[in-house]
Amino acid sequence: MRTTIVLLAALLLCFSACTSKPSSNQEQAANPSQQAKAVDPETAANITGVVSFQGTPPKPRKIDMGQDPACGTQPNYDESYVVKEGKLANVFVYVKAAENIPAGPFVAVNVTRPIEQQGCRYHPHVLGVMTGHEVTIINADDTTHNIHPMPTESKQWNESQLPKAEPIVKKFDKPEIMIPIKCNQHPWMKMYLNVVDTPWFAVTDENGKFELKGLPPGDYTLAAVHEKLGEQTMKISVGPKDSKTADFTFKAQ
Amino acid sequence: MTEITGLSDKILGWFGTPEPASLQRSKLLRSSLTTPYNKGHHYYALFTAYATFLVIIAGALVTSNEAGLAVPDWPTSFHTFRMPRMVGGVLYEHGHRMIAGFTILLTLGITIYTLLVDRRGWMKKLAIAGFLTIIVQAILGGITVLNFLPPAVSTAHALVGQTFFCIAVAIALLTGRKYAGEVEKTAVDRRKPSLIGLTLLSVLVLYVQLALGGMFRHKGMSWEPHVFNAIVVAIVLTWTSIRVLSYYSQVEALRRPAVTMLGLVMVQLCLGFISFLTKVVWGKDAVQPMPMMVWSTVAHVAVGALLLATAVVLAIQAWRHVPVLSEEPVHSTKAVIA
Repeated sequence: MRTTIVLLAALLLCFSACTSKPSSNQEQAANPSQQAKAVDPETAANITGVVSFQGTPPKPRKIDMGQDPACGTQPNYDESYVVKEGKLANVFVYVKAAENIPAGPFVAVNVTRPIEQQGCRYHPHVLGVMTGHEVTIINADDTTHNIHPMPTESKQWNESQLPKAEPIVKKFDKPEIMIPIKCNQHPWMKMYLNVVDTPWFAVTDENGKFELKGLPPGDYTLAAVHEKLGEQTMKISVGPKDSKTADFTFKAQ
Repeated sequence: MTEITGLSDKILGWFGTPEPASLQRSKLLRSSLTTPYNKGHHYYALFTAYATFLVIIAGALVTSNEAGLAVPDWPTSFHTFRMPRMVGGVLYEHGHRMIAGFTILLTLGITIYTLLVDRRGWMKKLAIAGFLTIIVQAILGGITVLNFLPPAVSTAHALVGQTFFCIAVAIALLTGRKYAGEVEKTAVDRRKPSLIGLTLLSVLVLYVQLALGGMFRHKGMSWEPHVFNAIVVAIVLTWTSIRVLSYYSQVEALRRPAVTMLGLVMVQLCLGFISFLTKVVWGKDAVQPMPMMVWSTVAHVAVGALLLATAVVLAIQAWRHVPVLSEEPVHSTKAVIA
């Protein structure tokens, strides 16, 4: 009898160990940063740069938001070309390929900012995130929005978010550049999400500047991508503690 | 033309020859066309056809305003059957769903009405087919929303929608006073291709054009096939209209749809050109749907639907008024003479 009880207890223990507790692999998959490696700060290099625009940029077009009074009266302009003194904003710059660097994955060096819907606009217009990391989506407007990413590498989804509702948190598991995100209720609302495997990416600010921090020494192919002007690439090598410059220039089409 | 037919029948009678088999078939078919005129039934059918036209316009507004996914779920809207806030794209998408829902109820009504008052068996079948078509149409609308508007499904939604419109127009026509009581002026068609063949060809090329236009509108194809096929459509429809106006202009039931079709072809070509300018040339980089693009493309879809329905009406009237005389009985007549 005692033997039977002991056997049953052992079986139960086995069963609970197999079902209730996630394996270490599952835990790691749920939190990708746990298995990721940090770049040695003693050797980490930086790349900074400026993205310029050559030519006359198209005049920003004003958006008519009369369809929904809750969008407010603040003027809203098309953000396809944001050019200030010849410098181009909203360009996504990232490491497209890397050679002679330790095997990844690497710890994220940027904190991904949330996507905020305010004044029937997406803020920011271009965003980057690492695969498997969370993106938080906030609706600060007094109207309902739809969030509809249209990736080609993974499944689309389309969710509505009530005014000032709880944030929506999503993960994107497959790398893809310039995924359009649209609101089908307000057809002018559009932004681009970039999902990359490495932590070295940035979006140019209003002065066209970007900075890629914490790169391990190695040989890189950098890519600068603009929603209308396409992609440019550049090869660059960095040594330990290097601070290099990589500038891009896009021409008017 | 009626005189010609009468004369040919008399000549055949002198020689003791039976009526041509095609005419016999035609008469048999026409005898099954009779039912007492019911004003309420006819007006209800007309109202259903008008409501269907409104659904097509509402659907075109959804596509032109890029609002197909403004309501992400189906058959509910935002997971409820309550009225949502009708702003932005929701106004178009939910508005389309409301008018479509109302039209489904109207169609259920016309189906029951037809089953109750119409004596013609094939008319009852047509009404049931109409009801099944609108149910398929509603399901296609749901499938396309839940699958993020795949071009093939959205185009099928457009095709089935216009098919239902043609059925609704046909029911309105076939329940009309003229259809029930009009004395037929039968004219025999000996030309090749026959008029009925031309009208059916018109319907076919319009369907192809609708499919190509739908694929372009739903981003599944470039604009070129639709624009090039417009030339084919214009030629076939003009040919059909001119055939009617040249040989059967005394038959009002044929002349009116032929003139309408010719007029609509011209209007449609102009609207197509304006739509091309506003959508492809000026609007390719538009940051939001521009009013001129919206109204020109919606008008283009609406006139396209009218054109298809007119071609169907012309085909029905051609079948009714101009039976094709096959060559088989002519040979037998010669044999008797010899």
